[in-house]
Amino acid sequence: MRSEPVVQVQALVKRYGTKTAVDGLDLVAQPGVTAVLGPNGAGKTTTVETCEGYRKPDSGTVRVLGLDPVRQSAELRPRVGVMLQSGGVYSGARAEEMLRHMAKLHAHPLDVDALVERLGLGSCGRTGYRRLSGGQQQRLALAMAVVGRPELVFLDEPTAGLDPQARRATWDLVRDLRADGVSVILTTHHMDEAEQLADDVAIIDGGRVIAQGSPEELCKGGAENTLRFTGRPGLDVGSLLKALPADCTAAELTPGSYRVVGKVDPQLLATVTSWCAQHGVMPDRISVERHTLEDVFLELTGKELRS
Amino acid sequence: MTTAGTYTPKPGAAPLPRMIAAQAALETRMLLRNGEQLLLTVVIPTLLLVLFSSVDIVDTGRGEAVDFLAPGVLALAVMSTAFTGQAIATGFERRYGVLKRLASSPLPRWALMTAKTASVLVTEVLQVVLLTVIAFALGWSPHGDPAAVLLLLVVGTAAFSGLGLLMAGTLKAEATLAAANLVFLLLLVGGGVIVPLEKFGSTGEQVLGLLPISALSDGLRDVLQHGAGMPWGDLGILAVWAVAGLAAAGKFFRWE
Repeated sequence: MRSEPVVQVQALVKRYGTKTAVDGLDLVAQPGVTAVLGPNGAGKTTTVETCEGYRKPDSGTVRVLGLDPVRQSAELRPRVGVMLQSGGVYSGARAEEMLRHMAKLHAHPLDVDALVERLGLGSCGRTGYRRLSGGQQQRLALAMAVVGRPELVFLDEPTAGLDPQARRATWDLVRDLRADGVSVILTTHHMDEAEQLADDVAIIDGGRVIAQGSPEELCKGGAENTLRFTGRPGLDVGSLLKALPADCTAAELTPGSYRVVGKVDPQLLATVTSWCAQHGVMPDRISVERHTLEDVFLELTGKELRS
Repeated sequence: MTTAGTYTPKPGAAPLPRMIAAQAALETRMLLRNGEQLLLTVVIPTLLLVLFSSVDIVDTGRGEAVDFLAPGVLALAVMSTAFTGQAIATGFERRYGVLKRLASSPLPRWALMTAKTASVLVTEVLQVVLLTVIAFALGWSPHGDPAAVLLLLVVGTAAFSGLGLLMAGTLKAEATLAAANLVFLLLLVGGGVIVPLEKFGSTGEQVLGLLPISALSDGLRDVLQHGAGMPWGDLGILAVWAVAGLAAAGKFFRWE
């Protein structure tokens, strides 16, 4: 993989009338999968559409694959695949017809039949675009973004409104793209999507990047994690505490329901289960709750991310 | 399921002629597949030609009715495709993000407009062939220089395309749909297509004569019915509309 960033955004400002959609945003995306995460109205789409060359920055610079998306558009367009949030297809066109057409605009397109099968678009047959289901429309837009064998694809909320299977299919495709060396910038307001797919996550709120890092980096730190189990009531919590590292706490919340708070790692789990074994306790319903991006987001912004 | 390397980047734009040909073919298919468009571009001109040639409803002056009507209906056919059809189709393409999506494809904008023009011209050729055959069956006996006819049709197409794109690129899709149909209807009645302009009085005739549809139908009639030479006056009116319309469309057209 190349080491130079695929996207470099510096001090980007974009206003619509009096509303500032993007407010001094800095973002560097390395090759791989970058998720741009944020609530509705955070500036995700504006940022991505500026990278795609649709919007001209009011100030700041944007470079995609080292090129200016507005002034070097002709050079950039064949190298980039775009999936819009919605639409983009002739209302009278059939799914496969539109995909074949996009393929014809490229020099070395993917095999359309294979792509149609891969994304389950074969069943759309002769149905016109407007009468496809939302999921079929989304998958068609995704196929149109990748059919030209781009170096970089922008996916704007690629799984919004998809059922779980279709969502999985999209995730699998993103993973395959990554494995074959295609870089992906995707916007989402689903935490799990970012955690599952992204090498790097940029959290956007109020038109700025408020945190960036790998999902693990972002989930580390912050508030502590929790381990819970149930056993017979009245276990010796003091003895359990002695077995645990010093910074942990343990308590019986309700009779027979126990909670350990601290740095939850494999060692801690092993310590708890071996203490249970020594004391003849079967820890039923043992579970760990680790920090998710959702918690991180709540801590950073105090806002609900899902909408 | 997928072999490794399937998606390995290999970007590149197709050669321009191939892109333009593919785009023109797609645009033409979309147009011919659309029922409402066919009503405007094929059914209405054909019905008007057949109906008014066979039934004496409108006084079309001396001579065979079809000799008066055929040039008017050819002008109407050009307007239906280059103006009404193109405005409605492009308006909805803009509304549904088609223009936006194509703008980030390798196809340059000028190539998209070239393809649209090619698709309009292909449709017009089909219309002219169909209407000519029907007119001949109804006893039409045209005169004049085919080159003059061709020039009128081309400049008329440019004039109507500019106005159609101006409307599609500035109004909402629904407004374009309503306005384009309304204009079609008004110009059908008041543009010398089936009703001679004399019926509107001398002032009416002078004012209406400046409309692109009147200039086109009058010019075609001068040549095809009366065997006149190049109708420079009508061509001039069409050229002014073409320049003004295309310039305004170029300036005000919004892609999304």
